[in-house]
Amino acid sequence: MSEYRVLLVDDEEEFVSALSERLMLRGIEVDSALNGEAALARLVEKEFEVVILDVMMPGLGGLEVLRQIKSTHPNTQVILLTGHGSTREGIEGMRLGAFDYLIKPVDIEEMLAKMKEAAKAARMR
Amino acid sequence: MKMSGMWQKFRRFMPKGLKDFPNYGEGPERYDLLRKNFVLIVCATAVIPLLLMAAINYYQYQSALKEEIVKPLRRLITNTQHTLELFLSERESTLRLLIRERSFEELSNQARLNFIFQSLKAEFPEFVDLGLIDSSGLQRSYAGPYELKGKNYRDQDWFQEVQLRGVYVSNVFLGYRKFPHFVIAIKRDAVEGDFYVLRATIDTEKFNQLISTITLRPGSDMFLIDQEGVLQTPSRAHGRVLDKISLLVPPMSQEAVITRTKDEHGEHLLGYAYLRGANFILVLTKEPGEVMAGWFTLKSELLLVLVVSVAVIFIVSLRATNLLVDRIREADQKRESCYIEVEHTAKLASLGRLAAGVAHEINNPLAIINEKAGLLKDLVEFSKEYHDQEKLLSQVDSILRSVNRCREITHRLLGFAKRMDLKVETIHLNELLQEVLGFLEKEAFHRDIKVNFNLAPDLAPIAHDRGQLQQVFLNIINNAFEAVQDGGNITIATKANETDPSTVEVAISDDGRGIHPDDLKHIFDPFYTRGKEQGTGLGLSISYGIVAKCGGDIRVESKVGRGSTFTVVLPQKCQMA
Repeated sequence: MSEYRVLLVDDEEEFVSALSERLMLRGIEVDSALNGEAALARLVEKEFEVVILDVMMPGLGGLEVLRQIKSTHPNTQVILLTGHGSTREGIEGMRLGAFDYLIKPVDIEEMLAKMKEAAKAARMR
Repeated sequence: MKMSGMWQKFRRFMPKGLKDFPNYGEGPERYDLLRKNFVLIVCATAVIPLLLMAAINYYQYQSALKEEIVKPLRRLITNTQHTLELFLSERESTLRLLIRERSFEELSNQARLNFIFQSLKAEFPEFVDLGLIDSSGLQRSYAGPYELKGKNYRDQDWFQEVQLRGVYVSNVFLGYRKFPHFVIAIKRDAVEGDFYVLRATIDTEKFNQLISTITLRPGSDMFLIDQEGVLQTPSRAHGRVLDKISLLVPPMSQEAVITRTKDEHGEHLLGYAYLRGANFILVLTKEPGEVMAGWFTLKSELLLVLVVSVAVIFIVSLRATNLLVDRIREADQKRESCYIEVEHTAKLASLGRLAAGVAHEINNPLAIINEKAGLLKDLVEFSKEYHDQEKLLSQVDSILRSVNRCREITHRLLGFAKRMDLKVETIHLNELLQEVLGFLEKEAFHRDIKVNFNLAPDLAPIAHDRGQLQQVFLNIINNAFEAVQDGGNITIATKANETDPSTVEVAISDDGRGIHPDDLKHIFDPFYTRGKEQGTGLGLSISYGIVAKCGGDIRVESKVGRGSTFTVVLPQKCQMA
């Protein structure tokens, strides 16, 4: 019934739980992971159109996770979340194949719009 | 060790200010002190040797000159002395020969004596007379113009003296004929303690000839005196024969002597020599003017050279010092402004790093607050059952607005830190300014603010980062919008800089409330605002940082109540790129 499936990856549990609940309230199918390894494991189990990925994470960093996702699931679109205003990480992410990047804290409507575009792009492949 | 000891000694003679060279203090008076000491040192090191040289030169030349004057004088005196002595000894020898070769009987024979005198006078015309005196002092025979035969000389001084010494030369006297002459007497011993004396009178005219044949320059004088200072020959300036001269009789000396003496005519040179075998003193005087004229000329020339040299040294050292000190002052000023600039840049850089760190750390909890509040809002909105829904939603919205405000701040902080990334492209400033104003068109329309463009049509394109320049002008124009009342005026003008053609100027003027002078000083400091409502206080700081990094400048002129003008000076090419 959901248009697309989203995997939310961030090391801040509070952030993940609140955001996933909000997305679910809007009828989106959301799964979450608290680190890069868990996220990659979830991706093996299930297919996602969109991954929301925090760049700054302990363990496997966001950009490394992005690289792996892109090699194993080239159709999955990744939107990066960054706490940094520096466009360097965003641009680096885009170069690695990210769909877009958003700077925390994120406006929910803006995020929904980006996810919708990303899902559309994922299905077009 | 030894060197440092010498240096310590040397230091004691240095002016106080120079010892403490690095500690001239901070005020502008240190340059005056520096200038003074420099001039002093340079002048001293140049002038002292010069003065020493001049002094040495002076004394060397003086002694050389003196030698040059004294030598010919001494020679002149010695020569004349010898001539006169020769003259006297010749006459004396002649008489001695006569008295030895002729017997007493022959000489006392009047006729014989007359004959002898005639032949003597033929040889030596200056002989005036000739006489023979026996041991009782009686004139036994006499040949000459006077009737002196039978005269007794027994009680006269000269007769006593010739008995004692065997020979006698008298001083000059006038005698009966009233012309100056002197006497030579020679004694010859006879048997059994008896003796007789041959006495001759000699005209001094020959003396005068001998002295005056020596050509003397004007201002010089030469004459004979006796030991009482009575003139024996005429003089030019000291009187006639037998006058007493005003000079003191010089002390006895074997040699010719040249000294300096003073009388009523002033200082002059005095040379003299005692004639051997007579009581005569040959005296030579030379007036100071003639003697010292050369010396005075030299002295004034030396003084002139010295004064001119010292003046030149002083002027040159003064000018050189001025140049040097001005250079030092310039270098100091440059260093100071460099230091301030570096300090400012460093401050901004560390502030940027701090801001980025803070922003990043705050953004994560802020994201949680955002999502939690958002969820709260969602829950209330989606359930539509909560009884006090309106009140709760307004609270949540307030939280979300605050989060947004925080987000804006952190994003600006991050932007402030981000200024390192530059992308230089060719920009037409006039177009860029119109673009920037596009962002504010709505506000201008609503508030009825009139924006006038006064753009130079032929403004050269510049090479800068578009985004950063947009930020700069947006900040400044935004500030102008905030400053003016509704219905106010803003003018945006561009022109090529007249004084420095490699830069362009953008002036943004408003007729708003203006900036207080106290605020003006801090206007580019980060986080400086006029109150809570006025934004983050980063806008102008960021703008200034961007422009300054490219080698430009932002100037502000403002009058409270009249409005402000921000002038952005940009180099044609951003110098960081």
